[in-house]
Amino acid sequence: MTRSPAAPDARTGPFASGDEAPVLLRARGLTKSFVGHTVLADVDLDLCAGQVHGLVGENGAGKSTLMKILAGVHAADAGTVELEGDEVTFSHPLQAQHAGISTVFQEFNLLPERSVAQNIWLGREPRRHGLVDVARMHRDTRDLLDQLGVDGLRPQQSVRSLSVAEQQVVEIAKAVSYDARIISMDEPTAALADHEVQLLYRIIEELTGRGVAILYVSHRLKEIFDLCDTITVLKDGRQVASRPAEELDAGELVRLMVGREMTAFFPDPAPGTEVGEPRLELRGAGNGYVDGIDLTLRAGEIVGIAGLQGSGRTELMEAIFGVQPFTRGEMRVDQRATRPGSPRAAVRSGLAMITEDRKATGLALNQSILDNALGPVRAVFPFRTPRARREIPGLLSNLAVAARALDQEVQFLSGGNQQKVVLARWLATEPRVMLMDEPTRGIDVGAKHSIYELMRVLAAEGVAVLMVSSELPEVIGMSDRIVVMRDGRIAGELPAGSSEETVLQLATGALERPGDERIEDPA
Amino acid sequence: MSTRTGGRLHGLTSTGIVGLVLLGAVILGTVLTAIEGRNFFSTGNLRDILTAMSILGFIAIGQTLVVLGGSLDLSVPFVASLTGVVSGGIMAGDTGNVLPGVLAGLGVAAAVGLVNGFVVSVLKVHGFIASLGTGLMISGYLATNYQGNHGSAPSSFRMIGISFIGPLPVSTLIMLGCAAGAVLLLRRTRLGHHLYAVGGDAEVARLSGIRTTIPLLAAHVLCSVLAGCAGLLLLARLSVGNPNVGSQGQYDLMSIAAVVLGGTLLAGGKGNVTGTIAGVAIFAVMDNVMAVMQVDPFLRNVVRGVVIVAAVAVYARREIDRRPARFERPGVLDSALEEAR
Repeated sequence: MTRSPAAPDARTGPFASGDEAPVLLRARGLTKSFVGHTVLADVDLDLCAGQVHGLVGENGAGKSTLMKILAGVHAADAGTVELEGDEVTFSHPLQAQHAGISTVFQEFNLLPERSVAQNIWLGREPRRHGLVDVARMHRDTRDLLDQLGVDGLRPQQSVRSLSVAEQQVVEIAKAVSYDARIISMDEPTAALADHEVQLLYRIIEELTGRGVAILYVSHRLKEIFDLCDTITVLKDGRQVASRPAEELDAGELVRLMVGREMTAFFPDPAPGTEVGEPRLELRGAGNGYVDGIDLTLRAGEIVGIAGLQGSGRTELMEAIFGVQPFTRGEMRVDQRATRPGSPRAAVRSGLAMITEDRKATGLALNQSILDNALGPVRAVFPFRTPRARREIPGLLSNLAVAARALDQEVQFLSGGNQQKVVLARWLATEPRVMLMDEPTRGIDVGAKHSIYELMRVLAAEGVAVLMVSSELPEVIGMSDRIVVMRDGRIAGELPAGSSEETVLQLATGALERPGDERIEDPA
Repeated sequence: MSTRTGGRLHGLTSTGIVGLVLLGAVILGTVLTAIEGRNFFSTGNLRDILTAMSILGFIAIGQTLVVLGGSLDLSVPFVASLTGVVSGGIMAGDTGNVLPGVLAGLGVAAAVGLVNGFVVSVLKVHGFIASLGTGLMISGYLATNYQGNHGSAPSSFRMIGISFIGPLPVSTLIMLGCAAGAVLLLRRTRLGHHLYAVGGDAEVARLSGIRTTIPLLAAHVLCSVLAGCAGLLLLARLSVGNPNVGSQGQYDLMSIAAVVLGGTLLAGGKGNVTGTIAGVAIFAVMDNVMAVMQVDPFLRNVVRGVVIVAAVAVYARREIDRRPARFERPGVLDSALEEAR
């Protein structure tokens, strides 16, 4: 890699109207598969100087893979990338960065204990007489932040003390500091509140004014239409459309993104399921991550929570379960006021939670099936342990866990069987409210189906089920009601059988203009 | 609930807290020493305290570097002993041999550090295990080859251990010089910045184009060389090389304790040398006061233990890693946006 970036002065003013804008990056026929599974097939992409190119698609449509190929994280199996006419291949993210392509990934690549300046110039600290020139580093950082129109951030501040939005700004500043001419942003607003998004808009405007090309991935359609000149839609790894933004509207875009029949199969409610007494009630509940939550969950109901990544779905579950307890509002379980301050207290009041990440927080991987299944009962209800010990073999065989023996370590089970062990461990506590965060993530179809059936059985037995899922068909197929979250609040509630379009529109804020009705609480 | 208790402490950095604890220790020491009818600030007493700081100080500075990089060095006491016997053997009481003795001793120490650093950064063995292994090897070598004291330091070299500039012991001044060098290294060199990055998150460091092995390797070499300096100072004080002097001093665990007491995160990536020196000073003041009060030596260890655990508990309360709240903390940008409106 010996090509040197063109002189930054070579730009020719702002490129407000798109037609004559020079193409900076031209990708043709990009294809990538992982272990035989094609995640990206024959995708073309043109990024023009001074323009924002939107990339949309459902989860698993291949957006992140496309970005990672451009960033040098993955190498494409086929296809070419041309940068200003020269063909390039990257085998390391640094090569892409030196060629002028910076990427702001969804997960932050920052050192929380180091300052803003130290993070931005990491690996490229300016030096004078062999020593790091701290004064210049701070000056350059201030200049950079001024250029982006950000004030109120000090270069000396430690990143830990910043809000998510401010950290996002630091990430973008870092990307810009490489003299990037192309910046890709993967869901840059996923963790931002509405009012914080405005700042990002300003920064993007500033960058395009300087002739930077931006590839913008987002689920929020409002942003896509606010910002983008051109929109590319991906579905199942294929390019469905690539059109100027003026030619599309929200409805059309969602249709292009979804555009498929319901293929998954969801069982009907078990016979004898009756919606009964309220099991879980929330009134104006909130903490640092979610706010103003009103929700009633009745016996026999399955309620699905939909929402984008970072909309506060998991945070709501964690608040109910006492992981990050509610600090305001009311919560009732079985009509008794309670506000569990810890998971232990939550389990005592009849709650159970299946966490999003079974390997990290759901199971002790190097312990046996039996020890895992007995975990919560042993910890919270020691007197019930002998009974649970007798019932667990039956429970596991009801769930059809495929295992050699009860003393097998769970790490050797398949994902689906591991998830069933997670279920068994919470069923053993005989919960009245079951919280399920992504209950079918990363498991095969057969196991998915048995988990769906189990949810129906639980509902029939009078348990209230609250489920979070990123898979819209699952939320729609299983829920009696769908609660849609946005920005840590409930954006609305939809009846069973609503269309994916409606859910997406509510989750992305395309149904109404967000931010207008919301006045920030001055307290 | 946790935010309340932190209240006033929250505005302070860890180093600030260590400074406060040191101040508290000095005040308490003054009072307790006065009760015994002695003067804490007498030249003799201050000299005792400063002298006591020097050896642990050298080792703790090196340990800070290693801990910041996310590693540990348990071989330091054995490196100190090894340096002492090697240098003492070469000096053999002759002033003309001081320089070769010192160079050989530090060279051996550097070699051990290089091995530690290689095993940690290239073979990816955790520093705890890697240095435990090299430490065992050195202790075995010492036990089989050196029964009792070995070599002797000439009187010119012994002067380092007993001379003073004004009230300040020369040995402590050298140690503080090393500390200043380490502060400069961490704040003002790329190596130092990269060491923080590697200790904080090796993957972030790698993606920023840093060669992650080099800072860790350098930290281990420096740590061993500083342990070698401590060994040389022990040689000067005792005038003979003693193969057990390091392990008797429990410098491995005491140095880690001083580093942690000084506010450095045991997981790496956060901390500084200033805090460590304050940590060493706290131990020196405590020991001094307890010696004046003639406290039972076993009880001294109890007090040390309580201080270490209490300090880490205080830090742990402050360091709980949380996602920044969205609805409770008005950020800098919010107010900026308010103004813009």
